[in-house]
Amino acid sequence: MKKWLRPALDLALLAALVAAPLYLSAYHLSLLGRFLAMAILSLGLCLVWGWSGVLSLGQGVFWGLGAYVLVMHLKLVGLQPGDMPDFMLWSGLDHTPGWWTLFRHPAVALAGVLIVPTVAAAGLAWLVFNRRVGGIYFALITQALALAFATLLISEQAYTGGFNGLTDFTTVLGHYIVDPSFQRALYWITVGALAAAFLFCRWMGKTNFGKVLLAIRDGESRIRFLGYNPAGYKTIAFAIGGAFAGISGALYVLHVGVISPAMVGVMPSIEMVVAVAVGGRSSFTGVILGTLLVNFGKDWISSAMPEMWQLSIGLLFILVVTLLPKGLAGIPELGRQITERIRRRTARRGVEPEVLAITQKN
Amino acid sequence: MGHLAVLTGQLFNGISVGSILLLTALGLALSFGLMNVINMAHGEMLMVGGYVAYLTCRFVHGPAGFLLALLFSFLGAAVLGGVLEVTVIRWLYGRPLDTLLATWGVSLILQQGARSLFGAIGVDVVAPHWLSGSVAINHGVLAGLTLPYVRIFIILLTIVTFALLLLFIARTRWGLFLRAVHQDREMAQALGVNTKWVDLLVFAAGTGVAGLAGAALALIAPVTPTVGQSYVVYAFLVVIVGGLGSLLGTALAALLVGLFSSTVQMFTGVSLSDVFLLVLVIVFIQFRPRGIIFQRSRVMKEA
Amino acid sequence: MQNALLSVENITVSFDGFNALDGISLRLMPTSIRVLIGPNGAGKSTLLDTVIGNVRPTKGRIVFRGEDITELNEYKIVRRGICRKFQAPGILENLSVLDNLSLAARPRRESWRSFGVGIDSSVRARVERVLERIGLEEKRHTMAGQLSHGQKQWLEIGMVVSSHADLLLLDEPAAGMSLDESAQTAELIRSLASDHSFLVIDHDMTFVEQLSAPVSVMHMGRMLKEGTLEEIQRDPQVIAVYLGREKEEAVA
Repeated sequence: MKKWLRPALDLALLAALVAAPLYLSAYHLSLLGRFLAMAILSLGLCLVWGWSGVLSLGQGVFWGLGAYVLVMHLKLVGLQPGDMPDFMLWSGLDHTPGWWTLFRHPAVALAGVLIVPTVAAAGLAWLVFNRRVGGIYFALITQALALAFATLLISEQAYTGGFNGLTDFTTVLGHYIVDPSFQRALYWITVGALAAAFLFCRWMGKTNFGKVLLAIRDGESRIRFLGYNPAGYKTIAFAIGGAFAGISGALYVLHVGVISPAMVGVMPSIEMVVAVAVGGRSSFTGVILGTLLVNFGKDWISSAMPEMWQLSIGLLFILVVTLLPKGLAGIPELGRQITERIRRRTARRGVEPEVLAITQKN
Repeated sequence: MGHLAVLTGQLFNGISVGSILLLTALGLALSFGLMNVINMAHGEMLMVGGYVAYLTCRFVHGPAGFLLALLFSFLGAAVLGGVLEVTVIRWLYGRPLDTLLATWGVSLILQQGARSLFGAIGVDVVAPHWLSGSVAINHGVLAGLTLPYVRIFIILLTIVTFALLLLFIARTRWGLFLRAVHQDREMAQALGVNTKWVDLLVFAAGTGVAGLAGAALALIAPVTPTVGQSYVVYAFLVVIVGGLGSLLGTALAALLVGLFSSTVQMFTGVSLSDVFLLVLVIVFIQFRPRGIIFQRSRVMKEA
Repeated sequence: MQNALLSVENITVSFDGFNALDGISLRLMPTSIRVLIGPNGAGKSTLLDTVIGNVRPTKGRIVFRGEDITELNEYKIVRRGICRKFQAPGILENLSVLDNLSLAARPRRESWRSFGVGIDSSVRARVERVLERIGLEEKRHTMAGQLSHGQKQWLEIGMVVSSHADLLLLDEPAAGMSLDESAQTAELIRSLASDHSFLVIDHDMTFVEQLSAPVSVMHMGRMLKEGTLEEIQRDPQVIAVYLGREKEEAVA
């Protein structure tokens, strides 16, 4: 590929996204907006899985933490002074707990969206990686985390809204959420956040840190014998992945207006991974496209034939992993390899028969 | 009912939950130790075993019906496992994380398949006549305690299966091959052991035992398309705590996890016990990152 | 008496009851070369594994520059100045030759200090010197995975050399090399010995001879004999433990 081609493609994609309100209906724009919010999580997963080789099956947890923190704030600002959230009343609480009211101030809420998922991710990663447990074990532990998180949210109804989750919030920083102009602004904010996350990832790829991550993915012990401690690198990478997930969750919840345990558990976490796998786990542009493709696909299939979605995502997993491990981003390379093979085969036809016989024997 | 009776009842429940966990985790531990592969569709083997038991009991009545159901559950899940090994897992050798994802895909397809065939609502396997009823204790400090026959049967089934498996590994030719491949795959291959067959056999046997677990579970809970998924996450934790491919470690870990959850549930309820279990596993890793039983070997493999 | 750079004191390593190292001791002075030879299974690689922290000894201790490093993690041992080259080339296949060397040469290896882009000028100068020495200047932008086997071996030696280590552990550095290449490797090691120490395992007696350094013979996890290559080759005990082809090589 020509050197200018990739940045040119990225810029074209950005331009198409920025201009989307001009050519998309409000409905499709709102879909695109929430999927772009998901793409921020995918970029984090790309760093974590594609670059460091750490597979997380519990990314929904960090996404959910970001979303819940923001929604707690939104619920609080919608209240009259002295009131408490409706579901708390129904559950028989007599006052709003302190860890809720903490997020009343927008600045605290914003900081919480960033800090809570990041710290949770960093803490888990450090505890596991520092003991040199990784790979499959880590994937299984993160899955158990997703399960435990969702069950916890459901059971602590008085504090989390339980199975139905939290909804009914109307204003953000004084703006009405349903207002079309706010929706458009939210869309652009999402595009901006995604672009910033993308540039951050590109920069990471160029730093020594990024190179060490690749080295860890390809052979953890080798980098250890050069004096690097993989646990520290993987923890930071995973914390960044957690931060991205939190931002993604907070933006997503603004787009859809509801958060519930069903959105953060085992299944959604796995769907986040499949989007990244389809796009190409170590390509930043690839995972953004993969996320859009898988989510629009999901929207289309599950409205046309609801029972087919689970079947399709299952098949998608098997096919991508076995046939296209580099995802969409691997297609140009695959194409090159195929044309190369065809070129070689046609070149061989011109070779003398004896030589051909020998090469075939080999 | 006295405190002691309640406690004993919970311990008994813990052991029976641990039994099903052990049956589920055995296959996972075997294939993880041997092939470094985790089969995310393992829970669906449990589900398949449950549905096979359901079908068998519908068509075969009488006291032998359930015993036949156990046999068919084992065979059905084993054949399915064999097919999975040959069509998917074999091709992803040396890519453990990719195997995990591909088998997750298989698990989704199997779940949807079951939903289309049997519906989303669970089906029940009615325990045969000779398993209905329970041991009731009416006197002494344990007065009020009842131990259902079904749960006693599950515990016995697990003990017998575990013993047979150990015997198979220790005494038979294929068991010897298994140990050889486990210790040094290349060397075993060089000595003429057909490692592909060993992998296939062990994988199928492991999924078969999970099928057995599914049939046993069907006695105490309805079979649903997602019944496996809810159990298998705990089985994964059992494998982590048990140590890489150690059967004894797996047994201890299953018992530990079963007892832990049923005891914690007494105080906190089901959902918090999940959280505490996860915390326990993470704390456990701090002290024994390689599991309860880990053999020191020359090459320290990356887990 | 001068202080030893590395002192291995009475190290025992057992795997499942089998003693791979059986109370072995070794002292290595600064700026010196020591060659380890011995039949397969003598415990040579295990000894290097133990020094670098990859294998924990059951008994005994390892002292480096007067400090006990027995219980340290590999990466901490490496940061203190020991670096090891493995038998199979341990290079980072998906990074360029230049990146491989610069990662090895970076003085700051903590994760939170790695967010710089590009290569520091001091690291750059160091890497350039090594590139020239290992003859891979032309290949600096090649992905390491695309190098030939010999070039990979050279690259890894280059990585060990460009790390800030004082003690370099080399496990069969000349394996798979042509006669010329292995002579060059020996030359390289000798020239570096002016400010580094080496612990080298090799089977190739021509290569060992070219190193012209004291030799330690290991057998069954113990130190059998230490001396010059000539003394060793005449020793009846040493001859007795080398059988078959290796015996002829050892005596030749």
